[in-house]
Amino acid sequence: MQDALAKINISQKHRAVAGGTNLIDLMKYFITDAAELVDVNTIPQHHAIEELPDGGLRLGALTTNAETAYHPLVESRYPLLSKAILAGASAQIRNMATNGGNLMQRTRCYYFYDVNTPCNKRTPGSGCAAIGGYNRTMAIMGTSEHCIAVFPSDMCVALAALNAVVNIEGPDGDRQLPFADFHRLPGDTPHLDNNLKDGELISSIDLPAEGFPQHYSYLKLRDRNSYAFALVSVATAFELCDTGISKARIALGGVAHRPWRVTEAEVFLNGKDPVRVNFEAAADIILQGAVPFEHNAFKIELAKRAIVRNCMMALDPDTQLPGAQPSH
Amino acid sequence: MPPMEQQKLSGRPLVGQAISRLEGYEKVTGAARYSGEFNVKDLLYGYVINSTITKGKIISIDTSKAEAIPGVITVFHHGNRPSLAWFSMQYADMDAPPGTPFRPLQNGEVKYNGQPIALLVADSFETARYAATLVKVVYTTEEFQTDLIGNMAKARAPKGGLATFLKPPPPKPFGDFEKAFEAAPFKATGKFIHGTEHHNPMELFTTTTVYNGKGKLTIYDKTQGTVNCQLYVANVFGLHFKDVRVISPYVGGAFGSGLRPQHQLFFSVMAALELKRNVRVTLDRHQMFTFGHRPPTVQFTRFGATVDGKVTALNHEAIAETSRFEDYTEVVVNWAHMLYPAQNTLFKYNLVPLDVFSPLDMRAPGGSTGLHAIESTMDELAYQLKIDPLELRLINYAERDESTDRPYSSKELRKCYLQGAEQFGWNKRSPEPRSMRNGHKLVGYGMATGIWEAMQLPARAAASITTEGKLKVNSAVTDIGTGTLTVMSQIAADEMGLPLEDVSFTYGDSKMAFAPIQGGSFTISSVGSAVKAACNALKKKILKKAKTMDNSPFKSHKIDEVVFADRKMISIANPSVFISYSDIIAANDHKVIKSVNFAMPKALKLKKYSRAAHSASFVEVEVDEELGTINVTRAVTAVAAGKIINPKTAKSQILGGMVWSISKALREETISDHRFGKYMNMNIAEYHIPVHADIHDLDVIFVEEQDDIVNELGTKGVGEIGLAAMPSAIANAIYHATGKRINQFPIHFDQLL
Amino acid sequence: MHTYESGLKEEMQHQSELSMTINGVPKSRTVKPWVSLLDYLREYLDLTGTKKGCDHGQCGACTVICDGKRILSCLTLAVMKEGSEITTIEGIAKDGELHPLQQAFIDHDAFQCGYCTPGQICSAIGMIAEGKAKTRSEVKELMSGNLCRCGANTNIIDAIMDVQKGAGNE
Repeated sequence: MQDALAKINISQKHRAVAGGTNLIDLMKYFITDAAELVDVNTIPQHHAIEELPDGGLRLGALTTNAETAYHPLVESRYPLLSKAILAGASAQIRNMATNGGNLMQRTRCYYFYDVNTPCNKRTPGSGCAAIGGYNRTMAIMGTSEHCIAVFPSDMCVALAALNAVVNIEGPDGDRQLPFADFHRLPGDTPHLDNNLKDGELISSIDLPAEGFPQHYSYLKLRDRNSYAFALVSVATAFELCDTGISKARIALGGVAHRPWRVTEAEVFLNGKDPVRVNFEAAADIILQGAVPFEHNAFKIELAKRAIVRNCMMALDPDTQLPGAQPSH
Repeated sequence: MPPMEQQKLSGRPLVGQAISRLEGYEKVTGAARYSGEFNVKDLLYGYVINSTITKGKIISIDTSKAEAIPGVITVFHHGNRPSLAWFSMQYADMDAPPGTPFRPLQNGEVKYNGQPIALLVADSFETARYAATLVKVVYTTEEFQTDLIGNMAKARAPKGGLATFLKPPPPKPFGDFEKAFEAAPFKATGKFIHGTEHHNPMELFTTTTVYNGKGKLTIYDKTQGTVNCQLYVANVFGLHFKDVRVISPYVGGAFGSGLRPQHQLFFSVMAALELKRNVRVTLDRHQMFTFGHRPPTVQFTRFGATVDGKVTALNHEAIAETSRFEDYTEVVVNWAHMLYPAQNTLFKYNLVPLDVFSPLDMRAPGGSTGLHAIESTMDELAYQLKIDPLELRLINYAERDESTDRPYSSKELRKCYLQGAEQFGWNKRSPEPRSMRNGHKLVGYGMATGIWEAMQLPARAAASITTEGKLKVNSAVTDIGTGTLTVMSQIAADEMGLPLEDVSFTYGDSKMAFAPIQGGSFTISSVGSAVKAACNALKKKILKKAKTMDNSPFKSHKIDEVVFADRKMISIANPSVFISYSDIIAANDHKVIKSVNFAMPKALKLKKYSRAAHSASFVEVEVDEELGTINVTRAVTAVAAGKIINPKTAKSQILGGMVWSISKALREETISDHRFGKYMNMNIAEYHIPVHADIHDLDVIFVEEQDDIVNELGTKGVGEIGLAAMPSAIANAIYHATGKRINQFPIHFDQLL
Repeated sequence: MHTYESGLKEEMQHQSELSMTINGVPKSRTVKPWVSLLDYLREYLDLTGTKKGCDHGQCGACTVICDGKRILSCLTLAVMKEGSEITTIEGIAKDGELHPLQQAFIDHDAFQCGYCTPGQICSAIGMIAEGKAKTRSEVKELMSGNLCRCGANTNIIDAIMDVQKGAGNE
């Protein structure tokens, strides 16, 4: 581990590679460069999934997405996470991609991927071609005049809803970041996706004890039924009691530069009946301040309906279909 | 020869049997080698460098940094290329539309975004790809236009030319459309918008050129026409065509993209000739968006009908994109009057030249575009009339082709309608939109008609009886996954009365008997007829040889007095009189007996008829009422395409067309940003073709259709017809489910919110 | 703007010895670090059964089985698989006898051009081993990482369902 950290620390031209599913893709497009790749897969302690004394679960950064999604403790205690992971990418990619890498993946913005168009995320200061361009897939929340890119992960939407914590090792020692503080909004530094510092590595992700195994759902809406990035996705989890909702979590994917959570909406639902009208009100709170662009105004209405539907689906997880599709 | 006799003596014919693909073993074990998989010795790798501007001129190309990289051999560009054929006609291939074909590296002019402007050659793929990024190009840029919608006012009639004989202009007008439409009590109109699509076969376009010395080349190419590429290379590089051999044993899908020689062929050959080395050039996936495509097209329809549903007025107009240098056309507006016998018609087809590469035929070109407009307008008319959409088709059933005033050589479309409807359960449809549901989902039924012309081109085949008494047949034709190898083997085996294991059909090699490009659903009729002709000639030679044998019992036999069955030639009059093929060969001094023959369409006879395959598709969709998500849950396509040589491979062709229909209606689109004049989703993560999870129950019916006119085999081809009807049927089903008529493809689910 | 510049030029001379077991046979040779596993198989070992359809993890044609799991060989570097056991399509049939899935693909006409086929077969073998797909819709979802442009989808799933049933997984 210290070897790897030391190497990565030599220069920004040294990059850590784990699953490689995004980094090698980007390097072949010459979007990301590196003079040297450091294969971090050999760090054994980052591979494990282990129970924590507080009843939570620690997911190794190098554990693959598939190992995580199908792990018995994840399936039984955090089925929302399992569902979200399985809604992303393909089975082959999930067999390769790691949990740490999932947090580190970069946007699928067309203009980010085309090195011959302006993109502030790829080439700071060059401009954002997406704002006046084909922006159907882009963000409606938390955008800036410099970037309207979307963070593409599904897994992270569930991690955000579950209040995960990211454990980080680095040259200046270990630290923890609550999940909400890990990814950034674009602001005027859209080239920075997250708050990881140079030379730091994600070592693991901690899930708190509360996993919402009874009432949860992940819904992903996209341009085909599988193997496509979300236009809008929703992770929902509830704890219900006799008097209604005792705890609610709602996070959105496909709408912002990071998983999108509005705790006011969750607070609003506390103590309310789990019925459509309350879910609609919660959706309105979440989507307050959404700003559409020329081609993505539909995302606001779609997100609203998706939130409501997913809340309904969360009440009855048995009816959910493979691929996080809308239930029958 | 009397067919009854033939059948009696030879047992069950192979034609018509669902035989598994003969190359199956090679394809499931990885043994099948495609054009980029011939790992010849001392191979160099070329990587194409593409323009990053849309229109302008190259001022300078600095290759010094790239050439300093170890392993880089050279960079070819317009400033240092070898001298090439000067006349543009020498670049015109068999499928070139009227105009001036694109000539790679001709000069410093940039005509479209992504144009290949240089080739970097290195000793490894990775070095070539990396070093290509170090080549610095300076341009001056000029204004460009790539947006069809914004430039519709510039539409003009296409130029005529040689290549348009397969693509006739719109039919002449009949009656007085405007007056009849005005007077019609029921009317339906529509504006239909289709975007750009790219073929995206799974295999990347690759050419491996083997330099044999003295200007002789063996070229492994991904193409739908080995002879087409052979002649192109010979013409462009000034080689004798006999010194150029183009081989395409396996083609990893093409769908029209291989109808013309693509630029990786040019570059691979140029580098091999210049460097006198073996060179492979592979286009990577984003470069697969830098040549032909299905053009964006805008269509307008106006149909008028009487109160009892008789269509009296048909107007169909289309405006399509082409490049600045060629007038690519499609048959978009010719179909309505072939299907519906209105007395008043008006059809127009115009082009807008833009700063893009020339469009290129893509599966069911024109047909899948035009029929969407026609069949969704008919659907709308049915709702206006409150007549069942299927009933409206039957009311307007064309017994003959009114657009050319000719009978059909055969037409069993009515059977397609009835058998398709029966299998689908069309009678369970409730007429009103939004009247059927399943839980959260709105359910819709839609149907549409398909038609595709049955064509035949001249082709050759060579057939021989080997020294072992077996049959060898060859043709330069490719097998792009359609089952050509299998069906040609079946045809040949039946002709000669042999089991399949005694027949070897070889193909995909320009050295073999001439074949046209493989497209337009005409391969079975063109090459299949040639195979039949070659076998027939071979039979005559066998009889002739038999007659020369001592005490030959065949001396007085005419060719129709013998049958060829069970590895023998047998006298019909006295089946105990026969001679086996091995005995004939023995009598021929153990030399092979060979025949090479041409099959030509019988133009004079065919001129009197319209020839077309027909289909009807029935589709069920489920649309989530709250979220708009769409699933094609069930579909049936019934096809009348003459004789079906192999129901198994033919069914797969139709199933493929049905998946393409789902893709066309709901999935695939090339996204443009006209500010940059370029495509933005040049990858297959965001150029969405269907995944397995998108495809549900699909069923195919082949209705009986006998056609003694279309060609000797009675075949019409099945490559396109599966994509003719169903895209419109999907749109019509969505209307039935939701009450929303969306005439723009692909339909995005969010449009249904 | 996107160059490796400095470090890379000397790195380009760098080769490392790479050993792995491919289709049961130990293979060893030197390879540069930026060669993908896919290109290593196709260009260096002449195992061209594994296909390149996109080179970017978008199509599944390059699927191989690595240490028992289906992965995309285009998205991993060969050197990252040092010591691994790789099974490619060339290693699926044993002693000339087709794997049941290969035979089922032929019987169901589960391919046309054949280019996605090796990836579909390797992926399906991996999927059956994972044991997570029981129903047809689960199989479709877990096979969705393998695109087929010819549209053989229904036949591919039919072939897999047949074998899956036979393997007692239904």
